[in-house]
Amino acid sequence: MAQLNHNKTALCFILLSLISLLGGALFGCIAALQFVYPDFAQFLPFFKNRPLHVSLVIAWIFLSSIGGIYYYLPTYCKGLWQTFTMQKTHLILFIITGICILSCYCLGIFGGREYWEYPPVFSLFILVTWIIFAINFFLSVRNIKGPWPVYIWMWATGVVFFIITFSESNLWLLPAIRNDSIRDVTIQWKAYGSLIGSWNMLVYGTGIFLMERISGNPNLARSKSSFLLYILGLINLLFGWAHHIYVVPINPIIRTISYLVSMSEWILLFRIIYTWRENVSKAQQHIWLFSFRFILTSDVWVFLNIILALLISIPAINVYTHGTHITVAHAMGSTIGINTMILLASCFFIAKESAKSETVRDSGKQEFWGWVILNVSLLFFWLILILAGVKKGVLTAQGISFEEIMIAINPYMKIFAFTGIGIFAGLCLLLGPLLINLSKTLLIRHKDINN
Amino acid sequence: MASNEQIDINAGFSKPLKIFIVTLTVVLFSGYTLWIDTGNIGSEKSHLAKGIAAEGKLLFQKYNCQACHQIYGLGGYMGPDLTNVYSAPGKGPVYMATLLKNGTYRMPNFNLDKHAISALISYLATVDSTGNSPLRNYKISWYGSIESQ
Repeated sequence: MAQLNHNKTALCFILLSLISLLGGALFGCIAALQFVYPDFAQFLPFFKNRPLHVSLVIAWIFLSSIGGIYYYLPTYCKGLWQTFTMQKTHLILFIITGICILSCYCLGIFGGREYWEYPPVFSLFILVTWIIFAINFFLSVRNIKGPWPVYIWMWATGVVFFIITFSESNLWLLPAIRNDSIRDVTIQWKAYGSLIGSWNMLVYGTGIFLMERISGNPNLARSKSSFLLYILGLINLLFGWAHHIYVVPINPIIRTISYLVSMSEWILLFRIIYTWRENVSKAQQHIWLFSFRFILTSDVWVFLNIILALLISIPAINVYTHGTHITVAHAMGSTIGINTMILLASCFFIAKESAKSETVRDSGKQEFWGWVILNVSLLFFWLILILAGVKKGVLTAQGISFEEIMIAINPYMKIFAFTGIGIFAGLCLLLGPLLINLSKTLLIRHKDINN
Repeated sequence: MASNEQIDINAGFSKPLKIFIVTLTVVLFSGYTLWIDTGNIGSEKSHLAKGIAAEGKLLFQKYNCQACHQIYGLGGYMGPDLTNVYSAPGKGPVYMATLLKNGTYRMPNFNLDKHAISALISYLATVDSTGNSPLRNYKISWYGSIESQ
């Protein structure tokens, strides 16, 4: 009974995450169209729409990775959840807080910072949900016997550092920090950079877990190389954040530390190139499995995005690309190409594993075309943002005015909006059947628990 | 997808070594964080926003200006970077007041009163005094870093 309850809550998280993803993508399309046609959808102006888009996409990442952890830990990792009550409280509090925040955005009630634009009192509720999750997580994983696989380390790191960095991102509430512009922006982007690193830990941990399950090799996540890669990720999380603020007049030591740490990711790039043959043969072995296709796709996007990230982390290049759409390409390429692909792999994996076969159909043509449209649209979306960024960077360096730059990049923005709609369409094709399948499974679970 | 192989418990690093590496990293991070949050990290131009400028900072957040505008290139791209709008040739406080009072094609009219407009302008004047964005005078070092001048 406890097992069914745990899984039911996990499925609720997953279901909510998919709804968030669709909502986030929809608001993203509206925002993209508003770039090209500023009068479009004026009932929801850009300054309301952007936080709706960003918050829902961030909610997708957290809800789906947390839902996955809630599902995988008892089912596969022999770490039974300590308490079901905490899980339920986590879910309910998250939903209530989320609804309040989204309502604030729709009503134009702000007060916070970029990415956390809501009135800062809601930060307390978000923090409480994560503390509940952390307590439940650590009380549960202590039951796991033997050496922890690397994904447990990564999930643990993600949970702990979310709490730390989220708290740090609210230090602006202290006037001494808020009114010191340089320190304020430094702390803001230190917290945000590490926060992104912490959610990446949750996502990449999920990816490694899935590869372990798909390959059937439990030593994949216990090797020395996997732990070293985790340490590389941890060091980047902790010290690599200042590449966001190279142009801010801070102590040059901070810039240098971040530059050196960011360049360590060349190790990752070389590793990807070195192991590509092995990865190709693995791909051929598992390509029949729909969730694996997302893992494979995410690997391709990791390769593309690492090259871009490495380039824009070089200060001499960053000085031209900072503040341009190349930054957006990096953010979107990583969020959609890497994180979303891994999390979709997880969602499809869970949907298939948790379902009773007679109620749920296997992924078919619709999902296949959804996957194709999503990735093709994303590729053009990413490329056009890079081109727009290059154009903006060059024109800015020439001293051209902002208004003239916006006119010059308008054709790029039109393609950007069109490909954004393609991404949304791809997601709809993919997620429609998945949502139906998960809903059916949840209903059956609910009946099983009540009978 | 069932697991076919046995777990090799000797495959990875020993638990004490793992704990040591992670702990060392976290200790270094804690020291770094303490320095960033409380130490001398900024340029000598980091003037504190006081009085009306501090109010302006809160208004900047209240109206979610950063959804569309950037400070030091960080923010949304619907509008221009505001880091140096206070001292930019052809712009300045009168220009800013006009736009804040009436809005533009892309920027809604927020119906701000005189005090709010003055506060926002004061805040942006403080930001302007801290540095330039985009960077104007800098040197590129041999290893790819930049040195502001």
